[in-house]
Amino acid sequence: MDDTPGSGQDFPVIARFEVRRRSYLAPDGAPLRALPSFASDLDLLLALYRGMVLTRTFDLKAVALQRTGRLGTYAVSLGQEAVSIGVASAMREADVLLPSYRDNAALLWRGVKMEEILLYWGGDERGNCSSGPPHDFPFCVPVGSQAPHAAGVAYAFRLRKEPRVAVCLFGDGATSKGDVWEAMNFAGVWKLPLVFVANNNQWAISVPLKLQTASATLAQKAIAAGFAGEQVDGNDVLAVRAAAEEAIAAARAGGGPRLIEAVTYRLGDHTTADDAARYRPPEEVQARWKEEPITRLRSYLVSRKAWGKSQEEQLAAECQERVEAAVERYLATGPRAPQTMFDHLYAELPAVYA
Amino acid sequence: MAVMSYLEAGKAALAAEMRDDASVWALGEDLGRGGVFGQYRGLVDEFGPARIVDTPISEATIMGAAVGAALLGTRPVVEMRFADFALCAVDELVNQAAKARYMFGGQGRVPLVARQPIGMWRSSAAQHSQSLESWYAHIPGLVVVCPFTPADNYGLLRAAIRCDDPVVYMEHKDLWAMTGEVDEAADLPLGKARLVREGSDVTLVAWSGVLRAVEAALPLLQDGPSVEVIDLRTIYPWDRDMVLDSVRRTGRLLVVHEAVATGGFGAEIAATVAGALFGNLKAPVRRLGAPRIPIPYSPPLEEACKISPAQIAETVHGML
Repeated sequence: MDDTPGSGQDFPVIARFEVRRRSYLAPDGAPLRALPSFASDLDLLLALYRGMVLTRTFDLKAVALQRTGRLGTYAVSLGQEAVSIGVASAMREADVLLPSYRDNAALLWRGVKMEEILLYWGGDERGNCSSGPPHDFPFCVPVGSQAPHAAGVAYAFRLRKEPRVAVCLFGDGATSKGDVWEAMNFAGVWKLPLVFVANNNQWAISVPLKLQTASATLAQKAIAAGFAGEQVDGNDVLAVRAAAEEAIAAARAGGGPRLIEAVTYRLGDHTTADDAARYRPPEEVQARWKEEPITRLRSYLVSRKAWGKSQEEQLAAECQERVEAAVERYLATGPRAPQTMFDHLYAELPAVYA
Repeated sequence: MAVMSYLEAGKAALAAEMRDDASVWALGEDLGRGGVFGQYRGLVDEFGPARIVDTPISEATIMGAAVGAALLGTRPVVEMRFADFALCAVDELVNQAAKARYMFGGQGRVPLVARQPIGMWRSSAAQHSQSLESWYAHIPGLVVVCPFTPADNYGLLRAAIRCDDPVVYMEHKDLWAMTGEVDEAADLPLGKARLVREGSDVTLVAWSGVLRAVEAALPLLQDGPSVEVIDLRTIYPWDRDMVLDSVRRTGRLLVVHEAVATGGFGAEIAATVAGALFGNLKAPVRRLGAPRIPIPYSPPLEEACKISPAQIAETVHGML
């Protein structure tokens, strides 16, 4: 039964909306429909795969460092690698990334060095002076506060007539913040070149999505702001990449903002300061392992005869070696001198600090 | 030199900076129609709606968008309409604007100006009347400016827009119509106080709207003690040198501000002077500020919250 107020009477329907869900690969890697055109570029697919594997290797090492007292609190992206990689791979160098704290993969893809990421999570702000694009924003640890910044970044592009796009990532919990909603509203009103990406990993620390919102999808939150929202299978890197590519191209062409809801699952703890086993049934997590993005893309690559056991072993060894080398460089970085605590406080330190 | 109102001076300063620098723009609610007090009237005609930008009524994102746009190298001027409304944007101002340069290891900077008018004005009640400069003076990374004269509103707003750090710029609503001479060629620095009048017995430090009461108190002291008056102008970084030099000579300090006395910036000045010049002091340091109550809506009660000329004169006499 239609519970729309006024239904059953002859009031006209003045608006209808729909939200679609994009996916290309089934959990077993089998194509569900015709793949996006970039999928014919095998080198690109291999790069996406390598990016995800490197991220997972790096994450595991980072947790080991934290557990042994050599790194601060760290947020792994276990199971969500396809979101950051898919989005970052669709961006141009000149575009601006505004990541959340869980987007290590996107930063790595954009050229930030692993030792810089470790330096930051090791409690050293020098890690934010990274080798990535200097206009990219560093990790945003507060929830959702990067969304208003993204609106300003996109407005600056407009003001300077630059064909660039701002790409802002946040989690499902952030969509409950006024900041994110306000930023989407600004982006809609100003028709900004801005792509919002919600990494819907189902859990905001211990709060499940059903306690976060009564909304059927997060994607539909864009509709009230006057632009399109799309849900994608966030464990299918092809789907994330294709949606991001289209949204970024549309934004660059003056089509305004879009919201991509990437539905995935947080296979790990919220951060190293969390123990999800205290609030999350293990069966739920086990079931979700069957959908994770790395195995999925590997299955597809194997089915295309583009990948095999020897390549996999070689990649694992190579990732391990790169991560270990980065860790060595990180651990060899000396601590900051206490007197540098006043550096970068003001453009020029005021005399009253004397 | 041109004669301008405090309001016109602010508008002229913004227009001058926008002419000089294409990266300067302003955003906030009601700017297209000229701002709620008329401080932006006519600017949209000269600069167009892309640079004098009307926004949705979302203070946090007005401030946050300015942070993002400033980090990209533009110089946004944010209009918050009332300092009281700016409280919706404190997270962006305090946690983002003030800290970005520091937390980004010096790689980013946030050259934004957050205009947020303060002060008691025509019975505007508790949520439209506050003077909250000491809140922002407490936050490392922010610059806080409270201009009093039209000349200062012109010169300091220009300096604030050119400043590479985030500036909380607090005009007093009761001063909009006040006129004065403005030297448009003068280059005013942030962080320097203005010596209003020399004197030898008491140093009186004040800023913003309450300086009108100070001016009115001076005739009441005509045959009495000689009062040196300092308009602090920039609350942070404050001109400690000028204040200490003055008190070293006079041996007496009175700080007067419209804000609630408890925890007001006067306390910082008093503590600094007491610490540095204890041996020079001839009388206890005194402070005058509002009682620690919400500003009343009722006109007679609002009036009773304001520092009066008689109160100032009486306090000065009591210090001798």
